[in-house]
Amino acid sequence: MTTATENKPTAAAERLAPGTPLLDVRDLHVEFKTRDGVAKAVNGVNYSVAAGETLAVLGESGSGKSVTAQTIMGILDMPPGRITSGEILFRGQDMLKMSNEERRKIRGRKIAMIFQDALSSLNPVLSVGYQLGEMFRVHQGASRKEAKAKAIELMDRVRIPAAAQRVGDYPHQFSGGMRQRIMIAMALALEPDLIIADEPTTALDVTVQAQVMDLLAELQAEYHMGLILITHDLGVVADVADKIAVMYAGRIVETAPVHELYANPAHPYTKGLLRSIPRLDQKGQDLYAIKGLPPNLLKVPAGCAFNPRCDAATDLCRTEIPALHQVLDKDGAELAGRKSACHLWKETLHG
Amino acid sequence: MGRFVARRLLQMIPVFLGTVTLIFFMVHILPGDPVAAMWGDKAVDPAQLAAFKHARGLDQPLIQQYLDYLGKLFRGDFGMAMDGRPVIDKISGAFPVTLRLALLAFAIEIVLGVTIGLFAGLRRGKAFDKGTLVLTLLLISIPVPVLGFIFQNIFSTQLGWVTPTVQDSMNLGQLLLPAIVLGSLSLAYVARLTRTSIAENIKADYMRTAVAKGLPKRKVIGTHLLRNSMIPVVTFLGTDLGALMGGAIVTEGIFNVKGVGFELYHAINLKEGATVSGFVVVLVLVYLAASLIVDLLYAVLDPRIRYA
Repeated sequence: MTTATENKPTAAAERLAPGTPLLDVRDLHVEFKTRDGVAKAVNGVNYSVAAGETLAVLGESGSGKSVTAQTIMGILDMPPGRITSGEILFRGQDMLKMSNEERRKIRGRKIAMIFQDALSSLNPVLSVGYQLGEMFRVHQGASRKEAKAKAIELMDRVRIPAAAQRVGDYPHQFSGGMRQRIMIAMALALEPDLIIADEPTTALDVTVQAQVMDLLAELQAEYHMGLILITHDLGVVADVADKIAVMYAGRIVETAPVHELYANPAHPYTKGLLRSIPRLDQKGQDLYAIKGLPPNLLKVPAGCAFNPRCDAATDLCRTEIPALHQVLDKDGAELAGRKSACHLWKETLHG
Repeated sequence: MGRFVARRLLQMIPVFLGTVTLIFFMVHILPGDPVAAMWGDKAVDPAQLAAFKHARGLDQPLIQQYLDYLGKLFRGDFGMAMDGRPVIDKISGAFPVTLRLALLAFAIEIVLGVTIGLFAGLRRGKAFDKGTLVLTLLLISIPVPVLGFIFQNIFSTQLGWVTPTVQDSMNLGQLLLPAIVLGSLSLAYVARLTRTSIAENIKADYMRTAVAKGLPKRKVIGTHLLRNSMIPVVTFLGTDLGALMGGAIVTEGIFNVKGVGFELYHAINLKEGATVSGFVVVLVLVYLAASLIVDLLYAVLDPRIRYA
């Protein structure tokens, strides 16, 4: 990933003032109206991604990671979804204040998305060549013939064998890994500034997972794109991400550069997640599991949402919602990029 | 695909033979003597009757008549009606009329049905959707003759826009009202089918992808949504074209359209075996052809379906 910056930065990325992130999500709140009440899916999420950077958003089902991504993309179902407050700045402009047409022009061209299940996410009755070519036809006004040629080029780019022969095939005629490559090709088509990958490898088997992740990382470096990688798989993250944001009950509970988080988590939830990975050097021991269930979003526990499941919870944790604190090292110096939303971050980090 | 078509065409042969056989014998089971009926109220002259029957081969055993009929049919001869006109003349006179009526009804049901269904599906749960559901339910529950008489009353007797019955059976403008009546039931079904299909597919993952690609709304709906949603509707439409042609009997009766239904009704009343069989044979062929076209269209619409 460090080699990414040496590669050709896109013209668009260069125009961005130094220090301005590509995407900046600020205090985003999203709710869903349901029959049983209002589900607070996202409760004040902040994160940013720079060009060429990979942010991994980690969390279990229902933690709000996908909802945040869908809100950025503008594909949230509204209603029942509702953005109650917050800003999503893309290149310094708030996308939530843009017209539908302005947002549509950003979608696909500037920000693209890769979905989890490529079989259901690709249209079953249109050939993959048509679906890839559509990007060029709609956004660049390419002719049918040009679009087809570019679709073949893209399929070659994501290393689909015999692309020219397979361009007219339909999604069901491809294997799972090949389908996900087509999804990636579709997202890459217009060389967007930012790609949001929502669990891109979850539906794939392990060997194919690695291939797809490698391909994604390689192409990201080549085009110098920002990447938001949404996943619940800690193993996938370690190799490709630059920084990690851990989400729980619609909030970010910890952010850190990837290796620091693995080495020394500053939040009990992250700690629990890391301990629940099977390890070769702990063979024969019981695998750790975070006890309890993910919180009900209709009734988030008072105080820290994680407190009912936390071994270290105190009375303070049950009454006061912890802010996302800057994490300091033992000598009191700031650790760059490290934040934790735990009242007891010091104890968690320094033991 | 070629093998599939060939197999389907071959399958048509037993279906065709079976239908002809059934119709031929069923007409003969009907009570009454069609030849004697030609004398009306007057006394029947037995000598003349026998001579007529002999001339038409009606004095032969039934099985012999059947074989003769089949033999002629394969040479393209549909036989003769009681009044001496060749049945083929009646067919070629009536089918173009009914075909026009049925196609007009078909066009109305597709255009209106799909459009209404599309908007109802897109606005699921809103006023338009609820209105559509109530109105289509109303159309489905009203029998066609009742609807026919209501329309006749409103548009000709009250408003005077059209003549109560069709004067020129080949005039499309005059066929419009009967076509609306004929197509109304199917229109309601098409609208409901489309609505359900659209409302279901709009939640599909590939729709989310289409939006995420930055496609304009009309492309998302026109290309991605409609294409997928038309599959069940096409199945219905295929069987319906045949049903419209055969089912026009009542509508043609109400509006006095001289089409297949009109001719069939009279032929059945007069127990004219050759005429009834002739018309039904052609109807069966139309029906078989329509269902074959639907099956092929199905594969075009949904590439996951493969015929071998």
